[in-house]
Amino acid sequence: MLKQRLIPTLLLRNGRMVKGVQFDNYRDTGDPVFASKVYNAQYVDELVFLDIDATNESRPTNREIIARVSKECFMPLTIGGGIKSIDDIRELLLVGADKVTINSAAYDDENLISEGAQMFGSQCIVIGIDVKLENGAYVLYKKSGREACSISLIDHIKKMEALGAGEFFINNITRDGVMKGYDLDLIKLATDNTNCPVIACGGAGNFMHLVEAYKATNVSGLAMASIFHFGDNNPIRARAHMKNNGVNLKEV
Amino acid sequence: MIGIINYGMGNLSSVKNVLEYLDIDAVIVDSPNDVASMSHLIIPGVGSFAKAMDNLQTKGFVSEIQAFAESGKPVLGICLGMQLLADKGMEHGESAGLGLISGTVELLPTEKLPIPHMGWNGINTRNDHPILAGVKRSADFYFVHSFAFVATNPQNIVTSTAYELDFPSIVANERGNVIGIQFHPEKSQKQGLKIMENFSNLGNA
Repeated sequence: MLKQRLIPTLLLRNGRMVKGVQFDNYRDTGDPVFASKVYNAQYVDELVFLDIDATNESRPTNREIIARVSKECFMPLTIGGGIKSIDDIRELLLVGADKVTINSAAYDDENLISEGAQMFGSQCIVIGIDVKLENGAYVLYKKSGREACSISLIDHIKKMEALGAGEFFINNITRDGVMKGYDLDLIKLATDNTNCPVIACGGAGNFMHLVEAYKATNVSGLAMASIFHFGDNNPIRARAHMKNNGVNLKEV
Repeated sequence: MIGIINYGMGNLSSVKNVLEYLDIDAVIVDSPNDVASMSHLIIPGVGSFAKAMDNLQTKGFVSEIQAFAESGKPVLGICLGMQLLADKGMEHGESAGLGLISGTVELLPTEKLPIPHMGWNGINTRNDHPILAGVKRSADFYFVHSFAFVATNPQNIVTSTAYELDFPSIVANERGNVIGIQFHPEKSQKQGLKIMENFSNLGNA
């Protein structure tokens, strides 16, 4: 039986790992390579790296981190931030990434998604979607939450899936770093409108939030950061708690 | 020396990284002329069956790999590399495979669950093989695929995995020297690394 996934997310800035609240007020949370090794030893299911300034600084994604991590952490690695071309994707896969997350460029360049999927397989094209709840409706944002987009969440998901995307990574900016639980309505809206796996991010503050999201929705994976950065929680304790509460996680 | 076949299909570095981490000697093999001098061969690969066979054929690897397997030296196919061991594949029309393990490669016959089958899943041992020596049988492994091996002879199925229906997750030929693994041992943490180590020890006894 396919297991559900626990996916720590590492935000990269100037070669360091950071974490903020609602995409702002970032604090330094350490060395991403060291953190990856710790997560690997704690048997997390995947790692996601997001170079949060790459698009806004118009520079390529930080490749050095993924190159170093892939030599010691033997699990699926996803990286995103600043990806604009097929060459960007190829470079990241060559240095050790298994999947790439494309967010801002997905709104502007349909060919990048369709060609990327044809060239490297749908399984390696993840669409990152950042969302804010505004006046009762979900509004999509690109450029690390700086620029609102006009397309609706459902239209965007359906369009990306039709172009060949293989997975969605959906983050509620309003809940980011607030640690009050995932947006279950957002997760359901996403999973009801795609056959691709959906990874949800934004809001995990305690282990019950993780259990609650798995029990209440069809989410394939949960991503998180603050819960492991701040306080004494770690993936081993999270896994034990989730398994005790009937969540199907991998055996190691 | 383990040779990792480079035929332009996907990422070789993750397989190389694991072997380096385990202190096992390995090289990327770019030319068919270098195949025969290896002690073990790994055929990695991500992509489509037809394109992969086309690349192997164009680069001249097919007969070299077949002769290597015939000599009794260990061959490991991972993911697409496993599927290529079959007689034929049905992805993008029918195309001939390497014909090292009897069977075909067909789309996973799921009705409810999504394709690709992506994530961590378990294995059930059908016919034991030294590739699984010391591997924890209850462990999960990392899968990413849409097509799967359909073995003609059930004796070739080392393990099966359930995704709505059972499909072969590890296969081996009668002689035991040709092994195919549908999941990615190189991405499956500790138990996956044990499989890679076991492969490197095949034929050394």
